[in-house]
Amino acid sequence: MAKDFERQAVSADGTRTIIANRGFSSKRFFLQWEWMLVLMLVAVNIFNISSSSNYANARGILNATRDFIDKAIVVFPMAFVLMLGEIDISVASIMALSATIMGIVFEATGNMFIAIIAALLTGVICGLINGSILAKFPELSSMIVTLSTQIIFRGIAQIILETRSIGGFPSWFGNIASGKVGLVPYGLIFVVAEAVFFAYLLHMTKFGRRTIAMGNSVTVAKYSGIKTNKIKVIIFTVVGLFSAIAGIYLSSKMSSVRSDVARGYELDIIAMVVLGGISTSGGRGRILGTSLAILVIGYLRYGLGLINATSQIIMIVVGLLLIIAVAIPNLKNSLGQIKILK
Amino acid sequence: MEKTKKLFSANIREISLVIVIILISAFVQVRSGGGFLTGENITDMLLETSVLAITAVGMMMVILTGGIDLSIGAVMALGAMAGTTVLKNSVLSENPVSNIWIVLIAVGVGLICGLINGLLISKLKILPIIATLGMMNIYRGITYLIANGSWVKQAEMGPKFLSLATGKTLGIYNLLLIAIIVYLVAFFFSEYTKTGRKIYAVGNSEESARVSGIKTDRIITLAYVILGGIAGLGGILYVCKYGVAQGETGTGYEMNVIAACVLGGVSISGGKGKVAGVLLGAILLGMLNNAMPLIQVSSFWQEAIRGGIILVSIVINALIARNVEKKDLRRRSI
Repeated sequence: MAKDFERQAVSADGTRTIIANRGFSSKRFFLQWEWMLVLMLVAVNIFNISSSSNYANARGILNATRDFIDKAIVVFPMAFVLMLGEIDISVASIMALSATIMGIVFEATGNMFIAIIAALLTGVICGLINGSILAKFPELSSMIVTLSTQIIFRGIAQIILETRSIGGFPSWFGNIASGKVGLVPYGLIFVVAEAVFFAYLLHMTKFGRRTIAMGNSVTVAKYSGIKTNKIKVIIFTVVGLFSAIAGIYLSSKMSSVRSDVARGYELDIIAMVVLGGISTSGGRGRILGTSLAILVIGYLRYGLGLINATSQIIMIVVGLLLIIAVAIPNLKNSLGQIKILK
Repeated sequence: MEKTKKLFSANIREISLVIVIILISAFVQVRSGGGFLTGENITDMLLETSVLAITAVGMMMVILTGGIDLSIGAVMALGAMAGTTVLKNSVLSENPVSNIWIVLIAVGVGLICGLINGLLISKLKILPIIATLGMMNIYRGITYLIANGSWVKQAEMGPKFLSLATGKTLGIYNLLLIAIIVYLVAFFFSEYTKTGRKIYAVGNSEESARVSGIKTDRIITLAYVILGGIAGLGGILYVCKYGVAQGETGTGYEMNVIAACVLGGVSISGGKGKVAGVLLGAILLGMLNNAMPLIQVSSFWQEAIRGGIILVSIVINALIARNVEKKDLRRRSI
């Protein structure tokens, strides 16, 4: 049906007309990656329900989200980074460093508000460092820069805390992670609001369109007048800020702060973004898919925990999921190319 | 005169590395009150560095193609765990398998891991960082499964296997000897064989390499296979040196290896880098690891310092590259 639409438009006066609205095609609608994620989500939940009798009610399903909200907070800004065609491996270290700074500021002042502001500032500064280095040196890959800042940020947290842990936060602080409105945890409300905000930012604003343009080609974007450096710095700074928020949430959940928290979180976060259909080479993807992917990986991890799967098995499963998620669209592409060649 | 000048500018990175190494040794020698440049400590340092140096040369091949392998630490652990598990069982049944087989098992496992990485990257076109990040978890998970929560301890390895690291052949420590052989082969391979030069070509521009008739997929896969094999070898030597194989063996080792390459002047965007540079980079990094405790740097500071050195060195590398480019442009305009 869609094809007819296009052909008529081209043959009308013999010139090429580009049609933005291709009409509705049920085939294309159901071939979207998001449906695949919905199927996965249903499968994971059936698996979870069959493995625990306490899971299949609103309370169980909503409570399970607490397990992965700390990661989910960073996923949306990370989607922007991948959309640029870049990557940020230092997020988990930023989480640890901002939590650490929060801990020592609390210890020194006894004021939780100041401590939280210090943590947020730390995140912003870390993100700003990443972004500025990448903007100043566009020839350096973001992977190698954030790999080294990952070591530095974690290293600073270690210098500050050594092997100590800081706790004894006020009780309202613990409430950030454990508090609920009705049955819905605060954290979940925050993540949903975040998803709506970032979806709006990516799909409806100039900033989002510019990000996608940069992901497709930085050079083209630059020559068409986009301030590419500014956008890059902003996105990395936002990632830093949200990593700090995730760090605060995590400290609230564990009611203490250590320098080795959140080790390896970057893998899950990147896996969630990639599974959500954000292209790792930049310029393609939607926030909806990313949101679904958070739920798929989050509930899968939770479910594997329910059946007492060892963390090794969970590692293998998440690794496989990441590879498969990236491999499927690529396979589809190369099959498509073969068809065209024929 | 012109010739020496040319030679100097072609090897500026290696020469500056040597200078940095000399400066740091002098500084540490003074600060540690002469405890650094003793025969004993230098041997110690070289032995510590040899595994890093061996694995770094494999990583160089991958980075030359424009890729990266984050799974190397996990492959080292998996190869070592597979090898030592076989060894442990054979020692328990009082019929120890000979060392060469243990090494071959580790290298074989590494080759398979490398092949999987290579195929994922060259055939399925998955970005190297994503593919190896995923495979890192899978290999590490399998290692834990094989280890089953226990360690292979020194006593279970038997003295014969441990002598692989501590023993000497022809008056040279085995570890050093292996490192020297690996470097000679790598040098010959990268400078004087067709396949070696093709790796550089693919790294400079995959498209032009393909157009000029190079089977780029094969070259890329080969680079990962080489790294896998070397990682297996490095892993078994690592556990042999430290006398224990466990699930966590080599966690985070990938950063050390990548750092050695970056310090040695291998360009992350591919196509640029020399075996000699990587060797110097590994020595510099090994020296820092050895020197920091000697001049009483707290162990909590070491990670941050290491990260800082890597970051500073990649930034300096970028600045040098810009300068060279500018000079080239100026020369052309005259």
